[in-house]
Amino acid sequence: MTQPSPQDRSAVKDESMLRQKQMLASHFSRLAAAPESGDKVVYTFVPGNLTELLLSFGVVPNLPEINALQSGMRKLSGDFIAAAEREGHSEDVCTYVKCDVGMLRQGNVGPTGALLPPPGLLLLSYTGCFTFMKWFELLQQEYSCPVAMLHVPYQPEGVITPEMREYVVRQLKEVVIPALERLTGRAYDEDALCQRLALSAAAEDDLVAVLGSARHRPSPIDAYFGGVYYLGPIFSAFRGTDEGLAYYRCLREEVEARAARGEGPVTPEGTMGEERYRLVVEGPPNWTHFREFWKMFHDEGAVVVASTYSKVGGLYDTGFRHDPSRPLESLADYCLGCYTNLGLPSRVALIERYLRDFSADGFLINSVKSCNSFSAGQLLMLRELERRTGLAGGFIESDLVDPRYFSAANIKNRLESYFQMLDQKRRHARPAALEACA
Amino acid sequence: MTLVAGIDLGSTTTKAILMDEAGAVVGRGITNSRSNYHLATRIAMDEATINARFGLLRRDLEATSGLERDLLRGAAAEFLDRLELDFRRAQYLMQLDALRDSALQEAAGPRLAARSSAITSRLGPLFDEMAREAHESDGHAQRSQFFRDESASRFGEHAQRLADRDVPYDLLLGIFDKAIGQVEGRVFDRSFERCIRSALAESRLPVAEPRTAGSPTPTPRAALRAAVSAAVARILAADVEPAVTIGTGYGRQRLPFPKEQIRSEILCHGLGAHSMFPGTRTVLDIGGQDTKAIQVDDRGIVTSFQMNDRCAAGCGRYLGYIADEMNLGVHELGPLAQRSTRSVKITSTCTVFAGAELRDRLTLGQRREDILAGLHRAMMLRAMSLLARSGGIEDEFTFTGGVASNPAAVDALTKLVGENYGGRRINISPGSIYTGALGAALFARTVLRERRGD
Repeated sequence: MTQPSPQDRSAVKDESMLRQKQMLASHFSRLAAAPESGDKVVYTFVPGNLTELLLSFGVVPNLPEINALQSGMRKLSGDFIAAAEREGHSEDVCTYVKCDVGMLRQGNVGPTGALLPPPGLLLLSYTGCFTFMKWFELLQQEYSCPVAMLHVPYQPEGVITPEMREYVVRQLKEVVIPALERLTGRAYDEDALCQRLALSAAAEDDLVAVLGSARHRPSPIDAYFGGVYYLGPIFSAFRGTDEGLAYYRCLREEVEARAARGEGPVTPEGTMGEERYRLVVEGPPNWTHFREFWKMFHDEGAVVVASTYSKVGGLYDTGFRHDPSRPLESLADYCLGCYTNLGLPSRVALIERYLRDFSADGFLINSVKSCNSFSAGQLLMLRELERRTGLAGGFIESDLVDPRYFSAANIKNRLESYFQMLDQKRRHARPAALEACA
Repeated sequence: MTLVAGIDLGSTTTKAILMDEAGAVVGRGITNSRSNYHLATRIAMDEATINARFGLLRRDLEATSGLERDLLRGAAAEFLDRLELDFRRAQYLMQLDALRDSALQEAAGPRLAARSSAITSRLGPLFDEMAREAHESDGHAQRSQFFRDESASRFGEHAQRLADRDVPYDLLLGIFDKAIGQVEGRVFDRSFERCIRSALAESRLPVAEPRTAGSPTPTPRAALRAAVSAAVARILAADVEPAVTIGTGYGRQRLPFPKEQIRSEILCHGLGAHSMFPGTRTVLDIGGQDTKAIQVDDRGIVTSFQMNDRCAAGCGRYLGYIADEMNLGVHELGPLAQRSTRSVKITSTCTVFAGAELRDRLTLGQRREDILAGLHRAMMLRAMSLLARSGGIEDEFTFTGGVASNPAAVDALTKLVGENYGGRRINISPGSIYTGALGAALFARTVLRERRGD
């Protein structure tokens, strides 16, 4: 096989990006057209999203978290948050919520410029974030529409018991499915659901291969900054769809080709140069200064080889797959296994596993004060991981979508100090420390 | 002798350290950071170079033999102290001349043309008086090591006395502000050579002339002067240019060095503290705009750190605002707080609200010293939280940065450490403000060794 020219490579590299862009644009167009087309719209959350089930009823999902982060990336969130604060929302409230409320106040124009339709149902998948309840409480007052609450039990021990699964399945049968039947006037169609679950499982295999490619040296992907793009379709409306499957197949091919060529990740600054640090990152990224934030890593040759944020919408690399042979049970397992639903010991164990599996040099926590479900206990995690692995942990603080809470100088200072600390530790590594990391 | 340098470009002050190959500090320099980091770096380095030359001069004279050694015995240290003070005075006068020129130029400018002669008639005597004070002072009466602060303080006093309806106080201060900026923006070339020669001419030699006739030729004083002059000439010829310079501090990105010559201040403070106190395991550094809690291992290598986030509450700048509000110098706050008999509980250390908090307390009838004691404790409570986040306080605990020279801050910290962690040895070096620069110089020394393949 002949080596593709650089032009060919960039064309191949871009295909998944273009595909995703088109997918998202058509999704938002479909949402905007819903009042005319008669499509039913359900608002739901990324963790514990039941996309296959919604699609089996023919409804269109809308995810306020995705809208908020998109608003953040498009520099719109500051105004939205200010609008919510004028209404009385406190400075300490989750900024996704304020961004969403503010967007609503300013005409509910979504991130692509298309109008967002009102929901016919609020599907409140509760997976460890208490704020979700308050958020949909606000939206319920706004839209006066029904709410279907799916209460997913927290996993303090990291084990899904039969009782937990049964509890979720029962709610699916008794609360969620009847609500969707009422909304659409259609009966629950398990065959349609199973077809979608099969598509999901196949796409999940490809996604796991993409994320696993970071085991290569150099890693062909960045599993945090690049990772959030890779997860776009599966976290939003495309799990269990043909487009989703095609996207992940395409992405996997691109990434495997890059790995075969020994190339680093594609970044907004171009292909990554020398891979100097391999990191695992815990916590969500900052969206308002996403590119600037990424550049701080890029400039230092730091590549994120695994991240926990990319698991909030589903944890697939520990073996879980949606399963058409046990449709509702596998949906329950999916919800129970989302990263936000895991207790601190499970989170520590997962990061420890990533540090070893991906031969990381250290780990970094981006702590978001207004996101308690993530940030509570992060310092305890840091200490425990340092103790278990002997690897150095770094700690930075920013926000999700409030531009006021991104202090570039402070973050850069901490990151540079952290990278230099890794250098210093490497130069003076003691045999004992090496053994601990082995 | 090959030297290396470490420069710590802080938000308030810029510090420089010159170090020899053996790791001994041979020169230290400090200046206020201004808004021009390049200049601040250059001036701090000039200061360190001067300090190094004085150090070398001491070593040189101590090695003198023969008649001069006998003459110098016991008197060398006193003479060199005298020489250094005279040198500082010569330096001060040189800057004062420049300040006078700039102020007179400002007064003659188009903006003040109508009142030019009235202003000049005040400025002339004012600067004469400042020069006279400098000539008469023995050097110890200097209030600050920075020309800006020292001259502002003295200018202010005289301006208050000389101001009237025609030339109000504020107008004179405005002229000073313009002029000082120009003086600070200037580098005084060959200042060491010029100042040392004039200091040498002025300094009284601590050697008595013989009382009897037929004294030996040359006289002891002349012999000593010749010995010192020869030593000065040797020192002036000595190469004190650093072979490697490493920069650190908040303004490190603006330092005129490539990236490889820049180190994080966290690493530098860790290593600097370790070098001063090798038993150090936890370091607290409170600088102008940030507070750092650092854990180091037995080699001074940083293992964990935490920094203040988003705001400078409880940092050095906070004390600066409080001092401004109270019309005091920052260095006066600590001693005043130590006179407190009853600490007031304060929870907010927001720098922006510092003034409001203070006025509110004063309105309630609370005493200044009690409020200050409360503020120092509140500041240290924030530091304790950061320390806890970084992993706690291990023995030994070293406190660095400008705030470490504030006795009330040290008292409050010591008390809190005792309450929360029990017995911990707390180290504070008189040169703690140089910790970051010291760490940077140690990194520079490592680079030098690596280059040489040691």
